[in-house]
Amino acid sequence: MSTIALPTRLLAANFARDRIALLSFWLLAALLFCALAAPWLAPQNPYDLAQLDILDAKLAPGVKSSAGSTYWLGTDDQGRDMLSAILYGLRISLGVGITSTVLALALGVISGMTAARAGGWIDGLIMRIVDLQLSFPAILVALILLALTGQGIDRIILALVVVQWAYYARTVRAAALVELKKEYVEAAVCMGVAGLRILLRHVLPNVLPPVMVVATVQIAQAIALEATLSFLGLGLPITEPSLGLLIANGYAHLLSGKYWISFFPGLALLVTIVAINLVGDRLRDLLNPRLR
Amino acid sequence: MLRRLAWSAATLLVMSLLVFAGVYAIGNPVELLINPQADQAEIARATALLGLDRPLWEQYWMFFRGALGGDLGVSFAASVPAITLILERMPATLELALAAMLIAVGIGIPLGLLAGLRPHSWLARTIMTLSTLGFALPTFWVGLLLIMVFSVQLGWLPTTGRGATVDVFGIPLSIFTADGLRHLLLPATTLALFKLALLVRLTRAGTQDAMLQDYVRYARAKGLSECAVVRSHVMPNILIPIVTVAGLELGSLIAFAIVTETVFAWPGMGKLLIDSINVLDRPVIVAYLLATVSLFILINLLVDLLYAVLDPRVQAGDAR
Repeated sequence: MSTIALPTRLLAANFARDRIALLSFWLLAALLFCALAAPWLAPQNPYDLAQLDILDAKLAPGVKSSAGSTYWLGTDDQGRDMLSAILYGLRISLGVGITSTVLALALGVISGMTAARAGGWIDGLIMRIVDLQLSFPAILVALILLALTGQGIDRIILALVVVQWAYYARTVRAAALVELKKEYVEAAVCMGVAGLRILLRHVLPNVLPPVMVVATVQIAQAIALEATLSFLGLGLPITEPSLGLLIANGYAHLLSGKYWISFFPGLALLVTIVAINLVGDRLRDLLNPRLR
Repeated sequence: MLRRLAWSAATLLVMSLLVFAGVYAIGNPVELLINPQADQAEIARATALLGLDRPLWEQYWMFFRGALGGDLGVSFAASVPAITLILERMPATLELALAAMLIAVGIGIPLGLLAGLRPHSWLARTIMTLSTLGFALPTFWVGLLLIMVFSVQLGWLPTTGRGATVDVFGIPLSIFTADGLRHLLLPATTLALFKLALLVRLTRAGTQDAMLQDYVRYARAKGLSECAVVRSHVMPNILIPIVTVAGLELGSLIAFAIVTETVFAWPGMGKLLIDSINVLDRPVIVAYLLATVSLFILINLLVDLLYAVLDPRVQAGDAR
């Protein structure tokens, strides 16, 4: 039956029984807070060139700046405080990951439901597109799209939506087909409920929760993919540096032993991705009726 | 089988159209290629030489006719046939991908088996935690960490390039020289990590399922040792899905090699793609994509055939 019927409090209590998942949840909450509050938390605005001091370039973590404050995570080649850069980068990475996943989910749900309801050649067409797209690795599709459209935050979100939607479309279609055959839908049809209303009010609430759990984990995938594309120089422009771009910047200095410029942004990326994965896994386990 | 082939051919055709239209809609490579001080006449001559003044469908038709004969156009930047460039770089990428797959299979399956046989031991938990980490770690960052530790700090392994190669049937390979192996180790490990984590999970899940089956209970009742049960009853059954996935993932390894090759400056076709994107070298981009798509289709076909060999219940003819 519907997983949404589970009272939220029961779900929360069950969730909290796994210590690691609970820890990840709070960690994730903290990361989200840091990302949202970056302008107030960060010691400096890393993209206001007036605040940067080139004399402070490439300082090791913990070294005091010429102005007296401490660079806890060191500075990059332009004298930018890495801690501030990471906080701002986290903001962009999380923003891009969440936005693209939500948009892809919406597109996937709409096309999956349409395919399931319409059937016939519309179904065939949508599913062939999905098949075609899923037969290529996400990174290749995203890479090509970005090569075609150029850089920019809107372009990368578009690319991430394109690589993710097909997966949701397939899942939603399969789930909707199962639901559409059930008795409550038949009952609703007999009562003369309009077709669209059946889809939105009866089928959708039963189809959505499992897909949303998958989407939680997909946010981590989207963040990792964005970081990878930015690292390759095809993602975000230098004016909007995500964690991936910060890592790429530090890459040039890695061989001279200045590890912190890429290491700490990478660590932030890793912690974010692991935390999202652990929370998502736990949610999936809780909501999966087979494992309960 | 015929239907599969037709679907493959259709995929290839649709991809070539999409890629061609997309790639040829961006930028103007002439601006990048010729001297900025060139006058109008010179620009027009260069455009005509590259065939860029004709309508798009005519350019596609020329490309399509050429492609059937194995001619994918001439690289704008290198003035060499694009297909030659790709074929030159392909062995390096395939070698890297296969080495990574070997590492993933060689380590992933035993670890997954261990974790599946004793699911509640600390060893199993450690393996599963590491596999979660392997999933989460972004490939390129792992590469950076490995370079940092093994090349910069410890100085054990070289950072970039492919090292000495030996020609085997005219194909340069690194695996047969000590220097080549040293160069291969870090990139291959980096590339393998994600698949390794995947294979650990698959093998573990398969083993756990298989251990609950009646045939395992029966084999134990016959008095077979635990080792014999696993070797001759569990392994053959779990290997079927694993081989399928491993085969299909080979394609994604080739795609992900783009990232690894860039980090380690490995001279494969992935790095060639990134370089070509940066200079808008259209024929090379198109050639790379078509070569990769063909490789994927070939791999899928091979996996299907292998599947039929491994599982006698499946006849190749029945696969749709």
